[in-house]
Amino acid sequence: MTPPVLESHKLGVCIGGQQICRDANFEFRAGECWGILGINGAGKTTLLHTLAGLRPPANGHISLNGNPLQHMSRRSIARQLGLMLQDTPDPFPATVLDTVLIGRHPHLSRWQWESAQNIELAKAALGQVDLHDFEQRQVNTLSGGERRRLALATLLVQTPAMLLLDEPTNHLDLHHQHKLLRLLRDQADNGASIVMVLHDINHVVRYCDHVLLLFGKGDISQGPQSEILSAEVLSRLYDHPVIEVALEQQRFFTSA
Amino acid sequence: MNQARLYLPLLFVLAISSLILALLSGSVSLRWSELWSALGGPHTAQTTQSLILELRLTRALSAFATGGLLSLAGALMQVLVRNPLADPYVLGISGGAAVAALLSMLMGLGGVWLTGSAFSGALFAMALVFGLARGRGSWTPTRLLLTGVVLAAGWGALISFILAISPDSNMRGMLFWLMGDLSFARSSIPTLFMLLLGLLLSWPLGRDLNVLIRGELQAGALGIDSSRIQTILFVLASLLTATAVVQAGSIGFVGLVIPHIMRLIGLTDHRLLLPAAALAGGSLLVLADTLARTILAPQQLPVGIITALLGVPLFLYLLRREVSSR
Repeated sequence: MTPPVLESHKLGVCIGGQQICRDANFEFRAGECWGILGINGAGKTTLLHTLAGLRPPANGHISLNGNPLQHMSRRSIARQLGLMLQDTPDPFPATVLDTVLIGRHPHLSRWQWESAQNIELAKAALGQVDLHDFEQRQVNTLSGGERRRLALATLLVQTPAMLLLDEPTNHLDLHHQHKLLRLLRDQADNGASIVMVLHDINHVVRYCDHVLLLFGKGDISQGPQSEILSAEVLSRLYDHPVIEVALEQQRFFTSA
Repeated sequence: MNQARLYLPLLFVLAISSLILALLSGSVSLRWSELWSALGGPHTAQTTQSLILELRLTRALSAFATGGLLSLAGALMQVLVRNPLADPYVLGISGGAAVAALLSMLMGLGGVWLTGSAFSGALFAMALVFGLARGRGSWTPTRLLLTGVVLAAGWGALISFILAISPDSNMRGMLFWLMGDLSFARSSIPTLFMLLLGLLLSWPLGRDLNVLIRGELQAGALGIDSSRIQTILFVLASLLTATAVVQAGSIGFVGLVIPHIMRLIGLTDHRLLLPAAALAGGSLLVLADTLARTILAPQQLPVGIITALLGVPLFLYLLRREVSSR
């Protein structure tokens, strides 16, 4: 088995006195696509930020490609690990193309300008998220869903081996939800390692191979999604009755 | 992006033209030939013309450097607090300088003492904001902005208090200082040096600033040590502001509006925006100061009045144009 891209050893994460996980050992490998599920306030975003090295863990440690995260510079982390935030503010004007290009930041030296190749890469990424004709548009004229797709394009331009995504399907219409998840699944199949916070259980069933459930108060459950997910576990997770139905030999979960 | 790059040479030409205009205009009119001989020729024969020119050159270069400093400081401050409404004075640096300057005027001090106390006041205000905003542990842009705005209001109250207790004879000088005035300018070298230093130190951070305007988290995720860059921005912007305030009092509007005008014409990349803002801010202040000393000559107006009169319509025009093009 390949060594994990991102792993944690006895990881404890806390926010505001609330325990999100304790002594958690995570191993996210190349080719795997993980879905994180949990109720509001269970700490999904905090966990993701901790895994990205943006906040220190309460205890334990995290390593990226075998190197302890706390000893790595932000720049070298950003070359291997990318994070799509839940939302990105844009208080100042900028074009869509300029915004996508910031994804190249960790790869360029201080005196380097974005090359023609970088611009090609950025244009290709915009094409992948159906924003080809938007290059010169101002970011603040975009809709919520278009901004989400722009954030994904920025992440793709960063070309990290480890992708963390915080509710990537927010604001997206049905077509783009599936297009985005398909694109991420393809990335995983091509050797990327993906961990994403999702709210739709059926997205996890369809596109993820592994799942991490955050029950709050430090209880977690993780493993292959086909083994972990059941109507009973999900009912407990959301404190709401969930039932399983089969449709054309595929599992679906829905609220009862 | 390529179109935006063309603005830089244009702004350079604007800066040179504004400086030449400033040298040629005034109560004693000079001809081109006199300008060339005085600028280029050896200063053996000190004619009236060359003396006038020397005074005008010092004043014009001081105006240019001050305008450049304010615009650069404004652009950096806007990124630091991530608020388009921020200007160089938003954190109360100029308030501290003004209180110290007015106190020394009240005590009858002038010249180097005035300059020295204004600069110390600015540094004190800067340390106060930084210390209080930091509190225990790290500071956030919001906390910094709130601390700065509240302290600026406090400085404002102290300024009003000093004005209220000052004798009438001091009033005119104090008001000119508060509204911004370049007639104090003795030497332009320190201000120009600070402008150059500010540009040299901030320009290499240009791409980091492009990322940082999207928030600390996004910056962190793209490999930027936000707290380090923000500390650099704070110290740099404060020092630039302090230098400008010491040179010319508080001149409103340049630092707020010039960075936005640059963004509105398409210079959103900070590697272009920072030098462009310095050139444009410098040119605006040179033109404003030339008008301030010629419109009602021999009477001189505070230059802050003119910067607002020039800047307000220009800014509103560009803003309207941008809205209608959407």
